[in-house]
Amino acid sequence: MEIKWITKSILLVMLLTCIPFNKTPNVLAQDINPTDDEVNAISKQLYCPVCESIPLDACGTQACIQWRDTIRAKLTDGWSEEEIKQYFSDQYGIRVLAEPPVDGFNKLLWYLPPSLFLIGALLVTRLLSNTKNKLHVQHETTSNIENANHYVERIEHDFKKWQ
Amino acid sequence: MAMSRTNPPKLGQSHITVQQRKNRLGQLAVWILLAALLVFVAIKLFQTSLGPVRSGKPPDFTITTFNDQTYTLSDLEGKIIVINFWASWCDPCKAEAADLEMLWRDYKDKDVLLLGIDYADTEKEALDYLSTWDITYPNGPDVGTTISQSYRIRGVPETYIVAQNGLLAKSFIGPINYENVEVVLEALLDK
Amino acid sequence: MIVNLGYTALLLALLCSFYAIVSARVYINNNKLQWVDSARNAVLSVWFLLTLACLILVYLLTNEHFEIEYVASVSSRAMPWYLKATALWGGQAGSLLFWSWLMSSYTGIMMLRDWSNERDLQPYVITASMLTLAFFVSLNVFVENPFNVLWIDSFGNITSSMTRPDANLMFTPNDGAGLNPLLRHPGMIIHPPMLYLGFVGFVIPYSFAIGALAVGRTDGVWIRATRRWTLIAWLFLSLGLLLGGRWAYDVLGWGGYWGWDPVEIAAFMPWLTGTAFLHSVIIQEKHGMFKRWNMILIILTYALVIFGTFLTRSGVLSSVHAFAQSSIGPLFFIFITVTFTISLLLLFRGWESLASRKTLTSWLSREGMFLLNNLLFMGILVACFWGVIYPLISEIITGQKVTVGPPFYERTTGPQFAALLLLMGIVPLVAWRITTVNRIGHLIWKPTIISLLVPIMSIISGIFNFAALLSLWLASLVFCVTIYEFYRGAIARSKSSGNIFFISLWQLISRNRRRYGGYIVHLGIVFMAVGIIGVEMFQTETQGTLAIEERMSLEDYSLVYKDLDEYPENDGRFVTKATLDVYKNNKLIGELEPRRDYYNISQQRMTIPDVYSTLEGDLYVLLIDWKPVGPQQATFKVYLNPLINWIWIGGFLFILGTLVATWPDQRDRHIITNNKSIAQPF
Repeated sequence: MEIKWITKSILLVMLLTCIPFNKTPNVLAQDINPTDDEVNAISKQLYCPVCESIPLDACGTQACIQWRDTIRAKLTDGWSEEEIKQYFSDQYGIRVLAEPPVDGFNKLLWYLPPSLFLIGALLVTRLLSNTKNKLHVQHETTSNIENANHYVERIEHDFKKWQ
Repeated sequence: MAMSRTNPPKLGQSHITVQQRKNRLGQLAVWILLAALLVFVAIKLFQTSLGPVRSGKPPDFTITTFNDQTYTLSDLEGKIIVINFWASWCDPCKAEAADLEMLWRDYKDKDVLLLGIDYADTEKEALDYLSTWDITYPNGPDVGTTISQSYRIRGVPETYIVAQNGLLAKSFIGPINYENVEVVLEALLDK
Repeated sequence: MIVNLGYTALLLALLCSFYAIVSARVYINNNKLQWVDSARNAVLSVWFLLTLACLILVYLLTNEHFEIEYVASVSSRAMPWYLKATALWGGQAGSLLFWSWLMSSYTGIMMLRDWSNERDLQPYVITASMLTLAFFVSLNVFVENPFNVLWIDSFGNITSSMTRPDANLMFTPNDGAGLNPLLRHPGMIIHPPMLYLGFVGFVIPYSFAIGALAVGRTDGVWIRATRRWTLIAWLFLSLGLLLGGRWAYDVLGWGGYWGWDPVEIAAFMPWLTGTAFLHSVIIQEKHGMFKRWNMILIILTYALVIFGTFLTRSGVLSSVHAFAQSSIGPLFFIFITVTFTISLLLLFRGWESLASRKTLTSWLSREGMFLLNNLLFMGILVACFWGVIYPLISEIITGQKVTVGPPFYERTTGPQFAALLLLMGIVPLVAWRITTVNRIGHLIWKPTIISLLVPIMSIISGIFNFAALLSLWLASLVFCVTIYEFYRGAIARSKSSGNIFFISLWQLISRNRRRYGGYIVHLGIVFMAVGIIGVEMFQTETQGTLAIEERMSLEDYSLVYKDLDEYPENDGRFVTKATLDVYKNNKLIGELEPRRDYYNISQQRMTIPDVYSTLEGDLYVLLIDWKPVGPQQATFKVYLNPLINWIWIGGFLFILGTLVATWPDQRDRHIITNNKSIAQPF
């Protein structure tokens, strides 16, 4: 019984930890003079094709400077974060986004790793359930041996063995 | 080797065959996965080794210029097309800008069309660039960077010259000068 | 000419590698010891020859022989001597040579060990490792020759080759291009050697595994023989990753230590499988289980090392770290296809005989937990691999280029890292074979209560982010449980021996270095986890343009812009350096000097941060060259990276723990001479 319970709770904890670690989204004030920080908050999520795999906010090339100025101009015009990202992805292709949108073929990017993980988990669980039933008796006896009082003896046993 | 071979686990005969069939299926799956991975890598390796487009029929494209005119490469057959990839943030492009404009002014009446394709650029700076260098030939943004991808450009500037028959006559990686292009154009016009 | 000597050494090294393979083959056929000895000598000569080639290249680099193509491309007169020497691994050709040399050092040392217990494996180990080495040497010999000389013809065209083409003269540039400025950092001097030592080290356990498969030995002899090799390779790989992070933090100027860049992930993936392997071999040693799985893991580790190297060196992937376009791709591809196929064929051939007779008894056992650990590592690996390879697949199938950036990896691997932490907290309390919930509960309640202090304190100090609280609690749980394990063992020991606590603790650790070394590594991971949580979840940043004497603030800190200096440095840099006063809670605590280096020859710009560093966190200041602002005004980007130094502290603990686990002790003799005793579950 205990085994079932603990397995369930481990699975529950694992499920809980599967809740994405989302950072709180940056709320943008629609002011007339956007600050550098507001520009950076959006640039961080974009990649310019000129300097691959460096986020736009950390890139020093002239191209990236111009891109950031464009973001600033769009913010000044009152565009929202989503609209600006959409503009950039329309203008330069979806590779400027830090991650492709979850649609069409790109669903595969998102769904493959978790499904493989689940398959792996299933395989491992089956490995165990094959042997689970015959274990019950063994379980009782071993657990008695594995008594806290025996800990000292075990340490000593190991200790002698290694000497 | 021999030792482990002669001592299979003592299990029922039928069980082993089921197990073996499963194993074989699993192995097949692994082989297929490996093969698929290798095929993808091989294709990519092949593509990277190709470099920019060098000859034959150049990839077709349609471009809408900054003044809303539309050009489609395949519709322009019979003309010599000079395709120039550039960007306002690119310093070497500035070095060739005046020469390109001069070429355009000298050849526009001889069935030559210059097309500027603006790569990964921002509109405001691009328009500033065009007016700074007084560029009058048609220029448009490479929306979605699809044209530059199909030409597999490695950077800007790059220039491709398409002959009257629609085939690529010459490509320049890096900045051009007036004379380089002039020679090619004269040769094509003489044909 | 000395260049010819270098190239000849390379050629001979290649021939010797092949000779070793051939004579190992002869030994397999006729079983005459002199052949395997001859193969061994060939392996040792490869090391001598490659050492010679490396020394010659270093000589050429330090003596400014710019007529050599490689020297001209990575070295320059203005560079200090140590940078000239380490330019050995500053470019494709030299780093391949250096890589081969490191691998030959491993194989050479391996040949000097006592082989009497594994004589049957030896020829196969030689074959597998020398085949790999021969491949890397052949890349140098046929494609990326570091000894190529520059030649110039009458039209001024410059070519490079070993021999002088007709009507050509030798061309000696006045100066070389110099090392990529990104690589001129102390971290970069040691980062590649560490990483390479990690990478190539895995060739040893892999060769043993292949040997065991080829011979058909199903016992764990290959694991026991290579346990220390694996640990050393793993130590170097970890060190390489850590140093790489430190280098990125100090040089790349994006305020972080890890960017989920394809090349970083390529180095991280063998680390994942290697770590899983280190854990699961314990099960095989103790209980003879997981035989197939361990084979899979070591083959996978080797394959990932080779595949990762291929991806980053062939130009298939684009990344900040990637080497320039190179033509080694096709050769590499063939090698990958051949080795992966052979490994898989051997694995599948031995599949049946590797079945273990023992079965897993319960989740609630050390074995079950290790299995879970492996499952999680594989989950992370799959996400990483898929993220790296997906853009390639997407581009081929849909024609669309995509970027897979940090958010993908953070979201797909974050939960699994958290689960690994949880596991690390429970496992030390779980016994082999089977245990009960009661028993775990009995052992874990004390550490759990203590560990809850951390999240409680965090809530009191105003942190309400659930993910942060959960992960901080997990880290503190692991810490408490691990410390409790040390405490429990030492107390038990001291009760029965009568020694005082610290002596008992010392005895406990020194008598079971592997276990307690492992626990120290776990403690290191906890520290690193705390640092990572700090940076990932609580990093703040701001950017602003300041006039002289103007002030900007971030959290408790504020910065006042004092001065801007511009001057040329005699190593070919032009430096722009800003001076800022740093205040914390309005108290002056120091001065920071972020700067921008402009390298004249390569026209590259480097943004070098200056950091005010405490245990609490780093104030990381960058002089941004965004806008053409004059000396009266400058733009700064400021990051506050909470707890980041815990990562480096954790790194030290991590290394210490690995060293403790690796250090030779009497117990190993015991294992070799008396196999029975270790099979006993306790």
